Amino acid sequence: MTRPWLLGVLAGAMGALFVISLLTGVADPGVATSLKALVLGGEGPLDIVMREIRLPRALLAVMVGASLGLAGAAMQGLLRNPLAEPGVIGISASAALGAVLALQTGLAAMVPLALPGAALLGALLGVGAILFLAGSGGGTLGLILAGIALSALASALTALVLNLSPNPFAAHDIVFWMMGSLADTSFTQVAIAAPVMALGWVLLGRSGRGLEALTLGEDTAASMGVNLARLRLAIVLGTAAAVGAATAVAGTVGFVGLVVPHVLRPWVGAHPGRLLPAAALGGAVLVLAADIAVRRILPGQDLKLGVLMALVGAPVFFHLIWRMRGRP
Amino acid sequence: MLGSVRSSSLALALAAICAASALGAETGAKPAPAPARVVSINLCTDQLAMLLAAPGQLRSVTMLARDPTVSVLAERAQAYRTNHGHAEEVYLDWPDLVLAGRYTAQATVNMLRGLGIRVEIFEPAQSFNALQEDILQMGRVLGREPQARAMVDDFSKRLAALRASAPKGPRDVAATWAARGYMSGSQSLAAEIITTAGFAPLAVKLGRKAGSFLPLEALVMADPDLVIAGQSRAGHAHSEDMLAHPALRSLTGRQTALQSNAWVCGLPAVLEAVVALRATEGGTP
Repeated sequence: MTRPWLLGVLAGAMGALFVISLLTGVADPGVATSLKALVLGGEGPLDIVMREIRLPRALLAVMVGASLGLAGAAMQGLLRNPLAEPGVIGISASAALGAVLALQTGLAAMVPLALPGAALLGALLGVGAILFLAGSGGGTLGLILAGIALSALASALTALVLNLSPNPFAAHDIVFWMMGSLADTSFTQVAIAAPVMALGWVLLGRSGRGLEALTLGEDTAASMGVNLARLRLAIVLGTAAAVGAATAVAGTVGFVGLVVPHVLRPWVGAHPGRLLPAAALGGAVLVLAADIAVRRILPGQDLKLGVLMALVGAPVFFHLIWRMRGRP
Repeated sequence: MLGSVRSSSLALALAAICAASALGAETGAKPAPAPARVVSINLCTDQLAMLLAAPGQLRSVTMLARDPTVSVLAERAQAYRTNHGHAEEVYLDWPDLVLAGRYTAQATVNMLRGLGIRVEIFEPAQSFNALQEDILQMGRVLGREPQARAMVDDFSKRLAALRASAPKGPRDVAATWAARGYMSGSQSLAAEIITTAGFAPLAVKLGRKAGSFLPLEALVMADPDLVIAGQSRAGHAHSEDMLAHPALRSLTGRQTALQSNAWVCGLPAVLEAVVALRATEGGTP
């Protein structure tokens, strides 16, 4: 009932932030001039800034945000646990490890889509490890402990690979892979991420009905004709694709999938199926806003997205833990 | 009796002191014997020393000296043992002279000096004049002054010839741009290479004396005619991805030049960088 209204508001906010993102940067020649350069184009410096630097950056913020919001909502629906978030439970860190391996071995430069593919594979192994360690029932303690262990392992391996690189700047990249950034992205990254992300969106988007049924318990869902094995596989694969592609181009951007579903859940009446599209839009809104904020706070200095996301996400995390006190 | 013993020992001591100071004065007047076991712990002193040292005088250079992306003498460095610039390994080589740069780890320099080893510090050359000073300093500390003098004479002759043949007319603006957006300042070796090649450095136009980080957007808006990109190293680094950003190609619309290994240190090879850059100017895109 509240759903079309909510989606409209989120889409409106996303559109507004998209335009603000396009108008944010070290060069500030005024709104009208900037938008004219974007729409009409040309060979001048401002046209290049608008069309080749800011437009892909804003597009990637939407794509990355939507992917992470969607993946968070779907994982939480599957595990029936509001703490199941790709960043928190180490799936993003595993994806980053896959991406770093593809880049340092030179595979990413040789094979098209090897970068998001390797990140997808890393994320898939991460999700697999979490489900294996914590069980698909979604017990909070097991989930969080498995997530901590996986995050620590994947981050350490990422740092090791980067330190072993012959490139003297590679060690500096540890910050990027662990905190995430959209600085200096181009349409090259948009093209790399889009196909794999689209695969993730389709898989996750179609799992809404199954997730709705799953709220009534696994047995009831099965009796309603939901193929649980297929649902699980679709969400695992979809999450790996969405998180893998997002991480491959933007590094680890944590907490999006935690904050967005948490905020939106009351508005959709705790329906995981309705939550999915809202979480995708909400994720886009949040990452757009964060990417605008990093450029306003420290213009031209590439403050990492992860810094802002943790500042917003950690209090939500605390709140969730506070609410879950005393429960098994 | 006792007094005379005392006074005689005092006289002895005084004589010893006088002798010592006389000896000191003598060594000060004559050139000290050239160091025989020299270790360099800085990429730029590595290369200067390789150019000037007598056979067998230079014991080891840094690992970086063998990296062709930053060293013009990478091949020659293969003939030397290498170090990582740590005090421990340097000390175990028993050097009688260590060559270091101004920005070499201060802790290492202090420790080596504490161990009684002579350490000579070289300023990184920020201009062609400073570069010649560095060559002469290297000649002095290695006891190879005639060779250093000859190298400086040859350098200034070639530099004068390059300046005389400089293209006239309005100058295109050029900027160096390396990993993380680092642009060399207007008072740098890079700026002098750019100027001698016949371009105007963007750093001068922007009033940036020291090297600094220039965001991609700011570089595009400054609209230089030529971007001299830093060279990507082996292995991947996200910090270097921006050098391949499509906006750079749209910006200059012509071939971008590369900062070769000759741009890194104040060596006579900087003139080869000048020649190469000048060739870019008239080069076909």
